[in-house]
Amino acid sequence: MELLVASAIGVLTSAGLYLILRLRTFPVIIGLSILSYAVNVFLFSTGGLSLNQPPIYGPEVENYADPLPQALVLTAIVISFGMTALAVLIALGGFLETDTDRIDMALDEDDRDVPDPGAQPGVEAKRDRSAQEAGVLQ
Amino acid sequence: MNHWIVAPIVLPAILAPIMALAMRHDLVLQRVFSLVGTIATLLIGIGLFLLAGGDDISVYRLGDWPAPFGIVLVLDRLSAMMVMLTSALGLIVSAYAIGSDWDRRGWHFHPLLLFQVMGVNGAFLTGDAFNLFVFFEVLLIASYGLMIHGGGGVRMRAGIQYVAFNLAGSTLFLFALGTLYAVTGTLNMADMAVRMAELDPGKEALAMVGATLLLVVFAIKAALFPVQFWLPGTYANAPAPVAAMFAIMTKVGAYAILRIFTLVFAPALGEVGYFFSDILLPAALVTLIVGTLGTLGGIGIGRIVAFSVVGSMGTLMIAIAPFNEAGAAAAIYYVAHSTFATAALFLAVDLIRHRGEVGEVKPSGLVGAYFFAGAIAMAGMPPLSGFIGKLLILDASADHPLAPWIWGIILATSILTIVGFAREGSRVFWKTAPTPGESLKEPEIEIEEQEAQAASRAVTAPMPAPLSLVAAALPLGMIVLLTIFSGPAFRYAEATAAQLFEREAYISAVLDYEGSAKRPAEIGAAKPYGYGDAHDGGNAHDGPEDEGGEPGLAPTEETETGTDAEPPARPVLQVAPDQGGN
Repeated sequence: MELLVASAIGVLTSAGLYLILRLRTFPVIIGLSILSYAVNVFLFSTGGLSLNQPPIYGPEVENYADPLPQALVLTAIVISFGMTALAVLIALGGFLETDTDRIDMALDEDDRDVPDPGAQPGVEAKRDRSAQEAGVLQ
Repeated sequence: MNHWIVAPIVLPAILAPIMALAMRHDLVLQRVFSLVGTIATLLIGIGLFLLAGGDDISVYRLGDWPAPFGIVLVLDRLSAMMVMLTSALGLIVSAYAIGSDWDRRGWHFHPLLLFQVMGVNGAFLTGDAFNLFVFFEVLLIASYGLMIHGGGGVRMRAGIQYVAFNLAGSTLFLFALGTLYAVTGTLNMADMAVRMAELDPGKEALAMVGATLLLVVFAIKAALFPVQFWLPGTYANAPAPVAAMFAIMTKVGAYAILRIFTLVFAPALGEVGYFFSDILLPAALVTLIVGTLGTLGGIGIGRIVAFSVVGSMGTLMIAIAPFNEAGAAAAIYYVAHSTFATAALFLAVDLIRHRGEVGEVKPSGLVGAYFFAGAIAMAGMPPLSGFIGKLLILDASADHPLAPWIWGIILATSILTIVGFAREGSRVFWKTAPTPGESLKEPEIEIEEQEAQAASRAVTAPMPAPLSLVAAALPLGMIVLLTIFSGPAFRYAEATAAQLFEREAYISAVLDYEGSAKRPAEIGAAKPYGYGDAHDGGNAHDGPEDEGGEPGLAPTEETETGTDAEPPARPVLQVAPDQGGN
């Protein structure tokens, strides 16, 4: 069971991290959600893994599961849910205002949602921006 | 228990929803409530400050649950000072937003500001690590709203970055807390300090991992070197009054490092403590260099001021990093100075933006004086408190092994910061209208241009409102006060640092329950619920509450009633499903 839980946390974390490092807001938000799943499972396991044990008091219960991590996970779920909703709203607002969902600040008028065929968007944006800067400096 | 301790959290927490729900269409009423609320919070903060000056540590137990089980708020000199700083800053920003009409440019400025004050105050007061996380989230979610206040494409995009980065940081915080809970079995900071001291040698590595993760989280908040890059873009693109309020948010990170790493992972524990000191100091030095280079090379006045904030955080962390009393005292004095200097500069920046861009309408001499005074304070030039603060930091690090490096870098960066501010100041205030062929246009990435142009078009008489001029002068006034009364202020800082390193007093104040005979050492010794059992698979450990009372060293009435809450009710609840099954 330990191996299963540990590898689940590992897979979720690495998937979340990979998605966070993407360029567009949608994968980043999905990545943040996956990362919060990973941390919730991790918090569960911090109290020790146990099967079929209640976390609350009972007169005939002998072994308890640690109740505190469960309370922490509840709090973390609520917070991460709210945060995800907020992040979606801000990302949506940014997309509607600027017509692009790139997460970096390399903002260009040309960098609309329709990429040039054959051109790598990142390279293109960088080139445009440096051209723009060069224009400013001259 | 002194119920005033919880007031700086509860008062804004009550006012903000009322303002958001009942007064959402009435800006005048919102303004009145915001001013009254921040003034009341400030008065409470001053009261708590005076209360904490008497050297005893007051503990507020939420719901009257005893300390390791319930959540506590702890009022000592450091947290009282920080609460007072936050409340003062809240009042200044609220007044400035009213005077400059910033609150008219979007929804819910004042409720968000009060939520921010609530979150920051809570982070300063809490004595529980998970509660610290919750208050971090409160202040962050308020700051997300404030950051994108007024809207605009560039600001929205900067906001997305800020939100994404901080959400990742929050996740890291949870990982750190989970690790520390797995090792120590507690989340109360005082209790954690006791348990860290008697940790199994085999668990030290895991504790170090948790502590390092925690340090990274706080370093993100404090904008320390490897994770400082979010700050310039955020602060430069946030509305300037909001950036002034954010001055306290970087200090939250610094405070958390100072608090947790002196209390829980104290250097007294040997290697663990010194490890953090050794990685923190180089990071702080590099932060200072990065911030200064940004001040020299930044484009646009907002960015330059934002980079100078990074530099001042570097200076602050240099003082904190050795984790000794002299350094902490200097850091505590510098925190107050740096908060007001940052606020003063950002408010001056907003006044400059309000007046229009270079070559069109030049900012008035008064605004120039504001910027000049703020820049002097931030760079650490002689008349103002920045000079005293840096002198104290230099003095505190005089016998550090790396002293030549520290002195050299602080002095050199001070000069470079002056150069950077002088360059930007002369560009903004002295440069004449552009000659043909010379473009003064800045890249479009700067939001201030659009704002400044819009402002200069819309405002026919570009003199800022008197209230915003007064509010922008307030942080400068605080800096002057901090300079004139630097003697008493530094004595307070010294006493605060001394209290900070008196760990026993803090621990016993938190863990003693109303004069109960239970000493912290005994509570620590009676730590049976254990992380030891936790890894034996199915053999789960028992509930902490039951075992906490078990050793019977002096199980008090309170502990008993607190832990076995309503035992008679339980059997009824458990029988009911059986009957249903039959």
